[in-house]
Amino acid sequence: MEDLILKLKKEIIEELNVENMTPEEIDSEAPLFGEGLGLDSIDALELVVLLDKNYGIKIQASKEGPKIFRSVKTIAEYILEHQKK
Amino acid sequence: MVDVFVGASNAITSLGFSTVRHVEQIKTNQIGISIYPGGNLYPTPVPLSIVDNRKLLDLFQEYLHKTKLDLQLDSFTRSEMLHILSISDVLKSSGIDITDSRTLIILATLKGNMDLIGGNNRLPAIGPDRVYLWKWGEFLGSFFNASNKPLVVSNACISGVLAILIGSRLIKAGRYDHVIAAGGDILTEFAVSGFQSFQSLSPKPCKPFDAARDGLTLGEGCGSIVLSRDHSLCGIPEKIVVAGGACTNDAHHISGPLRTGESFYVAIRRALKEASLDPLDMDYISAHGTGTDYYDETEAKALSWAGLERVPVNSFKGYFGHTLGAAGIIESALAIASIRNNELYRSAGFENPGTSQHIAILTDHAVKEVNHCLKTASGFGGCNAAVVFKKI
Amino acid sequence: MELFITRYMKLQDHRVLLNGIVEYASDVESVDELFRSVYLHYNIDYPKFFKMDNLCKLAFLSAEILLQGTDVLQKYPAEQIGIILENASSSLEYDRKHQESIRNRNQYFPSPSVFVYTIPNIMVAEIAIRHKVKGENAVFISEQFDPELIDHYVSELFRNQRVSCCLSGWIECYGDHYQSFLFIIEQEDKIREFKGLQEYVILNTLNMEKLYKGKPI
Repeated sequence: MEDLILKLKKEIIEELNVENMTPEEIDSEAPLFGEGLGLDSIDALELVVLLDKNYGIKIQASKEGPKIFRSVKTIAEYILEHQKK
Repeated sequence: MVDVFVGASNAITSLGFSTVRHVEQIKTNQIGISIYPGGNLYPTPVPLSIVDNRKLLDLFQEYLHKTKLDLQLDSFTRSEMLHILSISDVLKSSGIDITDSRTLIILATLKGNMDLIGGNNRLPAIGPDRVYLWKWGEFLGSFFNASNKPLVVSNACISGVLAILIGSRLIKAGRYDHVIAAGGDILTEFAVSGFQSFQSLSPKPCKPFDAARDGLTLGEGCGSIVLSRDHSLCGIPEKIVVAGGACTNDAHHISGPLRTGESFYVAIRRALKEASLDPLDMDYISAHGTGTDYYDETEAKALSWAGLERVPVNSFKGYFGHTLGAAGIIESALAIASIRNNELYRSAGFENPGTSQHIAILTDHAVKEVNHCLKTASGFGGCNAAVVFKKI
Repeated sequence: MELFITRYMKLQDHRVLLNGIVEYASDVESVDELFRSVYLHYNIDYPKFFKMDNLCKLAFLSAEILLQGTDVLQKYPAEQIGIILENASSSLEYDRKHQESIRNRNQYFPSPSVFVYTIPNIMVAEIAIRHKVKGENAVFISEQFDPELIDHYVSELFRNQRVSCCLSGWIECYGDHYQSFLFIIEQEDKIREFKGLQEYVILNTLNMEKLYKGKPI
């Protein structure tokens, strides 16, 4: 789980062009949207692409996004539950 | 005070190659949206509205033959064929001299020759720089021996309405006497895949303003409208003017709309003010109505805020999808047809109200005297535009 | 009533000029590095900058340089400030990037954060969002900077009180080639009212051309 969380943080920084933040500085349980990293609707869609590209998981951003993308931890949990072996 | 009259128009989409044909098709409830199986436009099936390519090529070939131009079909891109047919149609129906120095062509588009972005394998027939919008515009202008280089406007989905506003303003400024406002976009995998990445395409034909709406349907097309200070050259007997218009920016987000509808409302309010009309004077609204959750909701809020909640309104996108750069021109042409015919057309795809603010969506075709019409548009980049057409 | 260019900037050849004076010069190699160095030099704090394509970065930086230290945004209501820009290559750089992302059906991951930048008017949006500018806006595509168009169109916007202030100019960026020339247009009476008389450049085709080419007025 911890490895996955770290990997996700690196991917988020990379794919979402998050500037001036190291993976260590991202709180695993802090909200990603609104506050925290302050991600927006385009970032949410990019996370959908990220899940598909790196983990083979397809989701509907508008329906499932808000719950799955709440924090890095919730994303990691979702991946572990749904990742194709 | 200079009046800017609207005149002959043309519309090309999956429904046909003229404004008249579009009205016929709409009145008989033809929907030009089909599910395209996975293929060159996208890997998996998706509803789209595509111009009949066979017919396009036949018509264009015929046009070249008739004009006795010693040119080959393969010297033209698909977008250029559409624009040439569309513009030549309005020239035929009006008295505008496109070679006159007082005439300007304004071209509205998002991507121009979208099919050249991935590389141009049609050299030397199609020059390498025709991927540039200015070159595409220049090519079209030279084709018609236009005195002035066409003005190219690329402003997301408001481009078509904006072209009409810009044309009208330049005529009022005394810079030109006549404007052909044309707009168009073709569809390729570029657009389909892009909108899919936004998860904004519905798996079914779009349902603007409907409670079950779940996305837009992409369409391709081209439209043209004549604008002139000289009504006698316009090509239509009715005196219909561009009475007012405005363009605003949400200053909120690069892709999502400002959901209070405030900036969209300001554009509508300003357009009405310039036209010296009150909400109660309005007979009909041709809305942007794409079928997406947020944009339709925002537009309904803006219309309601502007006091227009009881004015009959439709979206044409349920018939032929969202035609991007063409939308503002084609839908304005149809709005003007509503004025000319004193008819209102059903908002295709709508069954049940689905916005928090009630607006008067047309559920049937209707006969009504239409003198004052509002056309709205909104697009990526937070832009909003509104134009008022008035019969005088 | 006369219209004036009350402030203008240029970003080209790795130099920033404000009202004709070089304010900043950089010797970094790439366009990417240049834009980053300008961002840092002007102490801008705007994380979304790093999500933009280079066309929007150029537009954003140009507006920032132009507006920093002015009171233009306080003087005029947001809905009365327009943004009218000209450009040649549209978003071709990111168009090609998006096109490339869909080239291989076996590696098919089109990105919304790329696709959103495949229309040129997003550069207007980035300026508008940053500075809360909500008025008339348009992007014209032409091979070269066309001052006559701005002369006629923007003058008409002022004449009809559609705008009281306008940011206008040329923003072009494709690959290694970038160039921006952005200026503030205001009306005579507003200048007198808020600032008193100073020497500004009268807005006309010839003057815009001279400023663009770096020639004396």
